[in-house]
Amino acid sequence: MLAAREAIQRPRDAKLLAVDAAGRITHHNRSALIGLLRPGDLVVANDAATIPASLTGIHEPTAAPIELRLAARATLRPDDISRFSAIVFGAGDWRIRTEDRPPPPPLRRGDRLLLGPLAATIEAILGHARFVSVAFAGSTDAIWAGLARHGRPIQYAHLSQALAPWDVWTRIAGRPAAFEPPSAGFALDWQLLADLSAKGIGFATLTHAAGISSTGEDVLDARLPLDEAYVIPPATVAAIGEAKARGGHVIAIGTTVVRALEHAAGEHAAGRNGGALAAGEGIATGRIGPATPLRIVDAILSGVHEAGTSHFELLGAFAGAEILAAADRALNALGYRTHEFGDSIFLETSGRREGRQPRFAEAGFLSRGK
Amino acid sequence: MTQNIRRQQPLRDLKVAITGGTSGLGLALVQQFAEAGAAVAFVARDAARLARVAASLPGTHGFPGDVAEKADIYPLAIAIAGALGGLDVLINNASDLGPVPLALLADTECEDLERALATNLVGPFRLTKALLGALAASAREGRGGIVVNISSDAAVTPYPGWGAYGASKAALHHLSRIWQLELVEAGIHVLSHDPGDMDTPLHALAVPDADPALLKSPDDSARELIAAIAAVLPHSLVSSAR
Repeated sequence: MLAAREAIQRPRDAKLLAVDAAGRITHHNRSALIGLLRPGDLVVANDAATIPASLTGIHEPTAAPIELRLAARATLRPDDISRFSAIVFGAGDWRIRTEDRPPPPPLRRGDRLLLGPLAATIEAILGHARFVSVAFAGSTDAIWAGLARHGRPIQYAHLSQALAPWDVWTRIAGRPAAFEPPSAGFALDWQLLADLSAKGIGFATLTHAAGISSTGEDVLDARLPLDEAYVIPPATVAAIGEAKARGGHVIAIGTTVVRALEHAAGEHAAGRNGGALAAGEGIATGRIGPATPLRIVDAILSGVHEAGTSHFELLGAFAGAEILAAADRALNALGYRTHEFGDSIFLETSGRREGRQPRFAEAGFLSRGK
Repeated sequence: MTQNIRRQQPLRDLKVAITGGTSGLGLALVQQFAEAGAAVAFVARDAARLARVAASLPGTHGFPGDVAEKADIYPLAIAIAGALGGLDVLINNASDLGPVPLALLADTECEDLERALATNLVGPFRLTKALLGALAASAREGRGGIVVNISSDAAVTPYPGWGAYGASKAALHHLSRIWQLELVEAGIHVLSHDPGDMDTPLHALAVPDADPALLKSPDDSARELIAAIAAVLPHSLVSSAR
């Protein structure tokens, strides 16, 4: 597989590898995505806009240059914007691969970081010399304005040019909540939304704070994805209920949608939400993988990810190792492009498409046989 | 419960953004939305003036910026949608008159026309596009999803001397009408609203010797516009209550 080097969200030649419920692999132009969906299905996307999460500045005690990459936040409340967990890099910029970046100066609790118009204090070292929690000084508005003015999108060394803010906003981007773009959503545009509607396919969104994708160190990467805040609107819970009731499938646009919906459904299954898939805010924890039951999502549109990444591991919840290995071989053989601006894969849950029986009771999404 | 509160106080907690929010119609809109309990973010070029207005209306969110500047658009969109946690109503109010004093088109510098187009047409297009995802989410949640582009009778009637302003507002008016048709399926409303001839700094630049007594007060125009917005809101509430 090749890394996509140009920041074009919808290249005309974008490819789509589809794996159906029987494990059959077909190849398409991604513009043919709608042909894989059926009237009654519901497409659910992550409408998080991307916060410009890369902040350059200096570590005040040593005056050393640093880059702070915001990685996660404990809530999506707009007025609770001061605290983040973050990765700190030393000198250099995005043209250097993260794994080759020099480390920051030694960081201690209480150190001040001066980041353009913003100032932050390290509140804790999170089990690794470069992973910290920080608190920004100033009013909510000053912090939002400072991030908006001084922050830059987290950049990727495999791209040929620096990313501008609009490069990392999907067409449906709403509240700034993600730290890196929910890039599966790059496949969507307003024409496709109109075409979905015309074909009788529903569209709904949630907001999930997609976190940092790479820290430059294996020991930290092993902790990814970090806990991520999400909000599921009541209208989306209702739309999922209606789709399930009519036998339609829920198509997740991206791994973050799977993470949010299945976390919320897992909370429900564990009896913590009073017996219904609850709307509202949650924190997605843990990794989704082959052992994870999928209670809501029937298929995923995802970017192309290499085996061994947490994104790839998540696909194991949809299909067995043999099917995924065959898909991986096909992706390699046909030169599919990886990363944020690459090609896509559409994966149906094995064995689920046949019969198209509603898997959920109409009233309360109670799953059968799971 | 929430729906009932919305019927009685339709503007409470509505997330509203207004450009050109420190004078004339924009300032009146900021004040009236804030008084009605809406969450208001506003934009203006003059940071000192902006800070004074924000300080006089606690709870409002003022962000400095110029919608005519491409580099300002995303920082504004991030700050607005970030601070409000989404957006229900966007009012593109900031306007540029073109040449001051007004001039015949043949005497209008190209740069004056370009600036009028940047502020009155391209800026609203860019900012609306950047915030359209937030507005669409608002529409799906039955909260709103309304764009108001401030128009003028000069957008429809060709007044000699108003060439740059009239041409830019005519283009904005047409853009509003097309976008309204394209977005209706997504539940977003795009209104082109003519507030009338008001006693504002912009009007004083255009017609310095106008009798203020013959002009509408911005407060009255703001009340009319808010009523027009409220008239569109229940429709989305009704459709979301299904």
